[in-house]
Amino acid sequence: MLFRNVAELVKLAESRKVKIAEIMIQQEIDFSGLAREQIIEKMDRNLTVMEQAIERGLSGVKSFSGLTGGDAVLLQNYIKRGKTLSGAILLDAVSKAVATNEVNAAMGTICATPTAGSAGVVPGTLFAVKDVLMPSRQEMIEFLFTAAAFGFVVANNASISGAAGGCQAEVGSASGMAAASIVEMAGGTPKQCAEAFAITLKNMLGLVCDPVAGLVEVPCVKRNAMGASNAMTAADMALAGITSRIPCDEVISAMYKIGQSMPSALRETGQGGLAATPTGKALEAKIFGSGLK
Amino acid sequence: MKYRSAFDIIGPIMIGPSSSHTAGAARIGRMARTLFGRQPKKAVISLYGSFAKTFKGHGTDVAIVGGILDFDTFDLRIPNSLQLAKEAGIEVIFQIEDTVTDHPNTVKIRIEDDKKDLEVVGISIGGGTIEIVELNSFKLRLSGSNPAILVVHNDRAGLISAVTNILAQHEINIGHMEVSRKDKGQMALMAIEVDQRVEDIVIEELKALEHVTQIIGMVE
Repeated sequence: MLFRNVAELVKLAESRKVKIAEIMIQQEIDFSGLAREQIIEKMDRNLTVMEQAIERGLSGVKSFSGLTGGDAVLLQNYIKRGKTLSGAILLDAVSKAVATNEVNAAMGTICATPTAGSAGVVPGTLFAVKDVLMPSRQEMIEFLFTAAAFGFVVANNASISGAAGGCQAEVGSASGMAAASIVEMAGGTPKQCAEAFAITLKNMLGLVCDPVAGLVEVPCVKRNAMGASNAMTAADMALAGITSRIPCDEVISAMYKIGQSMPSALRETGQGGLAATPTGKALEAKIFGSGLK
Repeated sequence: MKYRSAFDIIGPIMIGPSSSHTAGAARIGRMARTLFGRQPKKAVISLYGSFAKTFKGHGTDVAIVGGILDFDTFDLRIPNSLQLAKEAGIEVIFQIEDTVTDHPNTVKIRIEDDKKDLEVVGISIGGGTIEIVELNSFKLRLSGSNPAILVVHNDRAGLISAVTNILAQHEINIGHMEVSRKDKGQMALMAIEVDQRVEDIVIEELKALEHVTQIIGMVE
């Protein structure tokens, strides 16, 4: 194991004078015994699936329950009208994150990043900043390895499961991963990547997992929208030179402890939070019929 | 380290909507199928915790049955697996359990045909990564991401070294190994995760050992 936490990951990248993506690729070569080309090709396939999911979502999908679908299209149309408040790039990231999760809700094909419920954040931001940073295919693949490196630390030291740690563990982790990767692609240092991750996750702490009717739709799709915009903002902050007063690994540890103290009603059981609102319950009864679950 | 690969985090490629409740569930079902060694005639699936509460919304039911039908996480047939199982002559029974388990996403799968049966308990720990934690009441830890050999045997002195000797002769390196038994001298299990592909000839040699009652290879 090359690194156990973010501090070690940053130190390693600094001392070897390489990107964080490169450390993750090295780690994967050590772990899997596969050749570098095979590992790159495998990630390339994931990238292709992400791109296809976004395309499908942007062409308009509808879930079986009817609860989600079509919002990515609404956002794209809004952007095209040329007058937005938060800017075209940010909204493009949001719409592409939404697109991915709408496809996921419709039982379409996606790439879990790090989970399916949070699969929109990393690809959404990647395919939005692509238009500004003009990366090569290789750099886009590296974006995913950088995201993997941070997700790897969270998964092993905390959790990426909503059932175990709430939405902060899923969309929170995804958002931090995206922020770190954006910073690296934009030319930021390994340390700035870690700052971006810390700033992002700090703002997701305590986020509960409360899916209406137990479906990965409400509020999951819009949580991905916020995860994407949070990542973009934190990345810009880190690139501006802003640092997190609480170190990245301590934020991850705080997220884990918050998850452990979260009641089970708020950890993917569909029993608390928005799922327990009158409308949430009415939607559940409408979709599954009362008494079915 | 529960997660060891970049592709545990970026991946799997899968049918939505949930990596733990759909992709992970499919992988547990498929592990059960692999351990059983062939298509069963009947499957009794007991769901616990978050799996029990939200299985319909997450497609956990169709995913587990899809796994039992040997479908991968990205197989487009998963949404129709209940119908496909019926057509394949597999009886499927779901049980919703109240018991509190160590992990919120836990499923017990009992599969059988006329000749044998098998019971596994699996947990889905997030992002599609899973562990098999129980096999026929033996505690173990099996991730499914490495080739593995399970040796069911009578608890006798020297048998562990006999098994590892055979692996050593074939230059197969052991990455993780666990032994457990029902009681002293009774039925026991070795769960061995290895780094290399395991050829059939190795399995045959292990089967030929005295006091070995069954070998299950997960060696694809």
